[in-house]
Amino acid sequence: MTLLDVRGLTVRTADGRTLVDDLSLTVDSGERLGLIGESGSGKSLTTLAILGLLPDGMTATGSVDLAGTQIVGATEKRLAAVRGRDAAVVFQEPLTALDPLMRVGRQIAEPLARRTCLKGAALREAVRGALTQVRLPEPERIARAFPHEISGGQRQRVALAMALACAPRLLIADEPTTALDVSVQAEMLDLIDSLVRERKMSVLFVSHDLAVVARVTDRALVMKDGRAVEEGAVHDLVRLPREEYTKALVASARRLESALDLRSAR
Amino acid sequence: MTLTETRPTKAPRFGRSSRRSATLVVGCVLAGLIALLALVSLVWLPYATDDTSGGRLTGPGGGHLLGTDKLGRDLFTQLMTGSRIAFEAGLGSVAVAAALGITLGVLAAFAQGWLDDTLSAFLDILIAFPTLLLAMLIVAARSATLGSAVLAIGLAQSAVVARLVRVLVKRVLTQDYITAARTSGTSWPRTVLGHVLPNIWPTLVVNLALQFGLAVLAEAGLSYLGLGAPPPNASWGRMLQEAQATFTTAPAGALAPGVLLVLLVIGVNLIADGLRETLDPATRRRRA
Ligand SMILES: Nc1ncnc2c1ncn2[C@@H]1O[C@H](COP(=O)(O)OP(=O)(O)OP(=O)(O)O)[C@@H](O)[C@H]1O
Ligand SMILES: [Mg+2]
Repeated sequence: MTLLDVRGLTVRTADGRTLVDDLSLTVDSGERLGLIGESGSGKSLTTLAILGLLPDGMTATGSVDLAGTQIVGATEKRLAAVRGRDAAVVFQEPLTALDPLMRVGRQIAEPLARRTCLKGAALREAVRGALTQVRLPEPERIARAFPHEISGGQRQRVALAMALACAPRLLIADEPTTALDVSVQAEMLDLIDSLVRERKMSVLFVSHDLAVVARVTDRALVMKDGRAVEEGAVHDLVRLPREEYTKALVASARRLESALDLRSAR
Repeated sequence: MTLTETRPTKAPRFGRSSRRSATLVVGCVLAGLIALLALVSLVWLPYATDDTSGGRLTGPGGGHLLGTDKLGRDLFTQLMTGSRIAFEAGLGSVAVAAALGITLGVLAAFAQGWLDDTLSAFLDILIAFPTLLLAMLIVAARSATLGSAVLAIGLAQSAVVARLVRVLVKRVLTQDYITAARTSGTSWPRTVLGHVLPNIWPTLVVNLALQFGLAVLAEAGLSYLGLGAPPPNASWGRMLQEAQATFTTAPAGALAPGVLLVLLVIGVNLIADGLRETLDPATRRRRA
């Protein structure tokens, strides 16, 4: 069953620049799709368009069907019902994605309370559970901390816990590991991998790094300047890249092979 | 060796935090003393406000701490009721400015297209509109009371607050954590109350403290012109006006309210500075 069906998605700015150009992709229930492309290729805008959250002044055309809801042109009320329930996002920047003036526990409690209607001690317990789930040590201390009082890797785990607290059918991870160092990156990828597997969630995994995508997804779509240039199994993309751009991506990934072994990836 | 090593790192930090608290403490002491005068005036005054039995322009001493004015009323009594009026004017104006300014500012931040243009133009006009003229219009429509002055000052200030709130809200709305809250399905009203207002609050509180000082000054100016609180409750502005003719022979009548006015405004500004240091999330994060 198709969970996310994007057809001919085009994103334009108010002054007429085309930032995402005629992009189509599908993610089935339980499937994982990687979205690869260099910086500025329009990956983040694509994820925002999927949730109807484009910045002011940008317009989307085409079709985004998320679990049966047409996102393009939908009313704010419809969108609010879909967001969180059908798809949730882990953002690129772990620091800026958390409210600097709100304790971490409350930020997780918010979506949790909305979904489960828990209150008081039961809600606190659920928040603790959400923090433990993403393997954060000392969940009590972290729940009471402000975002600036915990490390970057911990913040990204908190952001993941926030997204999972919504129990979405599709988890969108926008370069969730780019800001982290390599060892923390690997842990985070494994964590996403296992948590998503347990929940049978679909994943749209965004990265500029083929090696990172290879660890989490089996199929990938390569983007360049807002257009899809190549799509296929990660395995095939790595072995037999057809487009010049994909070849360049693979070459740069091979150079990093010592850090992350591509051949052992699925 | 260890001493010289620790000193450079510790000394500036100590210096900064002690200066910060000193600003707040001095400000609170200044404003607090005057607030105390105002509070005491609610339950006790040395003389009745219309008691003219003391003889005219007696000068300090002889049962009248600061002497009497040209009608024989006790100056210290007037100074106390003046403190009360100053606080009423400051708090009242800031309440009006905050309620109206925050509402308008948030609306303007969310408004698009022509509504945004209209609201911005309206705020610009309101800011450019002289407070004095506004006060005269309101006094003409109602009467010369403290309420009229507070309304005029509060209205004028609400435009300043609204413009600030609009910019602050617009800036916060571009932040990732707002998008993050929205992606989890948080509605706009909840986002504004839960994430936007708390994040503009530190800057806003500092500005409102500054507005308090400005409102006290503005009320003194308006009552100097006879557009403020009516007799027998003396406000500092009217005391200044009444004492100005006899300034050379009896300076206390003008000096006392003048000094208190300056001290209160300085005190409130120091509090605003202290709050800026302690509340600003940027400095808070830097300290962490
Ligand atoms: N708010 C905005 N206003 C105007 N242009 C924007 C805005 N956000 C992004 N862009 C432009 O859109 C293009 C795609 O941006 P996007 O953030 O989707 O890139 P990305 O693929 O996520 O890159 P990265 O890997 O660096 O995150 C870029 O050229 C960027 O300059
Ligand atoms: Mg991006």
